[in-house]
Amino acid sequence: MIEAVDLTKRYGDKVAVDRLSFSVKPGVVTGFLGPNGAGKSTTFRCVLGLDRPQRGRVTVNGREYRDIAAPLHEVGALLEARSVHPGRTARNHLRMLAATHGINKRRVDDMLGLVGIEDVADRRVGGFSLGMGQRLGVATALLGDPQVLLLDEPVNGLDPEGIRWIRRLLRELAAEGRTIFVSSHLMSEMAQTAEHVIVIGRGRLIADASMADVVAMASGARVLVRTPHRDVLAGALAEQGHTCSRVDTDGLEVVGASAAAVGDIAFAAGVAVHELSAQAATLEEAYMQLTAGEVEYGAAALDTSVEPR
Amino acid sequence: MTSVVAAPEMRRPRVTFPHVLRAEWLKFRSVRSSWLTLAVTMLLVIGLGALFCAARAAHWPPRDPAEAFTFDPTRISLAGTFLAQLAMGVLGVLVVTGEYSSGTIRASFTAVPRRLPVYVAKPLVFAVLSLVALIPTTFAAFFIGQQLLSSKHINTTIGAPGVTRAVVGAALYLTVVGLFGVALGWLLRHTAGAISSLFAILLILPILAQVLPSPWNDDVSKWLPGQAGQAIFGIRLEGVSFTPWVGFGVFCAYVALFLLAGCAVVMRRDA
Repeated sequence: MIEAVDLTKRYGDKVAVDRLSFSVKPGVVTGFLGPNGAGKSTTFRCVLGLDRPQRGRVTVNGREYRDIAAPLHEVGALLEARSVHPGRTARNHLRMLAATHGINKRRVDDMLGLVGIEDVADRRVGGFSLGMGQRLGVATALLGDPQVLLLDEPVNGLDPEGIRWIRRLLRELAAEGRTIFVSSHLMSEMAQTAEHVIVIGRGRLIADASMADVVAMASGARVLVRTPHRDVLAGALAEQGHTCSRVDTDGLEVVGASAAAVGDIAFAAGVAVHELSAQAATLEEAYMQLTAGEVEYGAAALDTSVEPR
Repeated sequence: MTSVVAAPEMRRPRVTFPHVLRAEWLKFRSVRSSWLTLAVTMLLVIGLGALFCAARAAHWPPRDPAEAFTFDPTRISLAGTFLAQLAMGVLGVLVVTGEYSSGTIRASFTAVPRRLPVYVAKPLVFAVLSLVALIPTTFAAFFIGQQLLSSKHINTTIGAPGVTRAVVGAALYLTVVGLFGVALGWLLRHTAGAISSLFAILLILPILAQVLPSPWNDDVSKWLPGQAGQAIFGIRLEGVSFTPWVGFGVFCAYVALFLLAGCAVVMRRDA
């Protein structure tokens, strides 16, 4: 369980995170979405006690990160920026972090095997590809067998095989009941793994809802209807106060009406209907709408879990 | 379903100071530049000491009789220290700034979010390692140097007054210079900035101080960190410097002050 309340972080006069409140529930994959520069990495850094917020606080399992006796055992983190000395081997990097917690060598070897870099474990990290570095980062995060995982853009720099590997790993970890908080600037990436999403833009909360809700709320109701008598139906819809637009040669897209209402209007107007379907926005569309229209889809409208003041 | 990553056999992990000390030792020894710089330090102390002693023995007696009077066989065999201090200072800087430039500091502070154990363990590991490597080195430089000077019978022995203190003192001095580098590394985070600050304090300040009108130049000089610290391996003291242990104490006090300031900054600053 990760809980942020009123989290605010400024760098100079640039506000990176602005009164952000959210909670990440245990046992599910929660996506953390936002365009580049939205404040995702800053939020992670605050969670990990690397940066100190000017206001508000963020806790992991009810405690500030600093107060955890075995942080690697409780929270595993993959940060976006690289955090390995180029002159050190992958094995030595893990061993030195393991040493801080008294974690044994075997665990280090196991993690190197799990992420598939045991062949290069004794090479210096400076020569690693982005993908190998990312795998080492995942090994670092899992080193202490943590219940909570924070992963900042984990698929960055991975090849398709690596991306599939990460997705499968995340699903397996979630299936074991771990809390997973994973950031991305790509909605489509989240669609593969996350059940719940927290969307931020310019440091502010835009949405905190289930994946299905975000899609529904962002798209609004849209109905596609196909008919050989399009103009007649368009007139009838307009009379009832619905706006619609023409699609293809015989279709109309109606905004703000249910499929049933559109069917009833067509029946009353005596128009034959060849197709009538409710349209869901794609995730990508939903995300674009959310992040582009901060005013229209403000946090207040969508937010389902902000603490009462 | 069996877990992919769980480690049931793991003993309950926990951050303790001994664990952090071990981690710092692993960090130090797993980077090639640590050993390289330490080796350079040792080479400079022994090699330059031998070179100076050989040159002195070859040109003995000196043309200026006053030079013969102030000749200090211990000091000349330890003369490599003056150059070696730069290597040692760089090593001290690098053990800290290497973490900042590579981003390892984020991994380190994520593992030990209280930070203080890392801050304390790093100079501690550094000091122990430095002394283990450098005490034999300064003894070697001394004995090799005296061997070379003995051809002109101008050598001294380890049992002579103040000699053991000077030989051990050179190693102590180099270690504290390294700690000075560690402190500046914490304060400034950038390799170039920390190294140039260290060199400015150790090398440039004494030159500037000498430009001051007499007697201020000598009064100021003896209080400079490097000059104060070097008193520990001088045998025949010029009248203007501190006595060995007082001088070394002054030097240590400076470094302690810088370490304390660094600590205050590191504990508060975003990593």
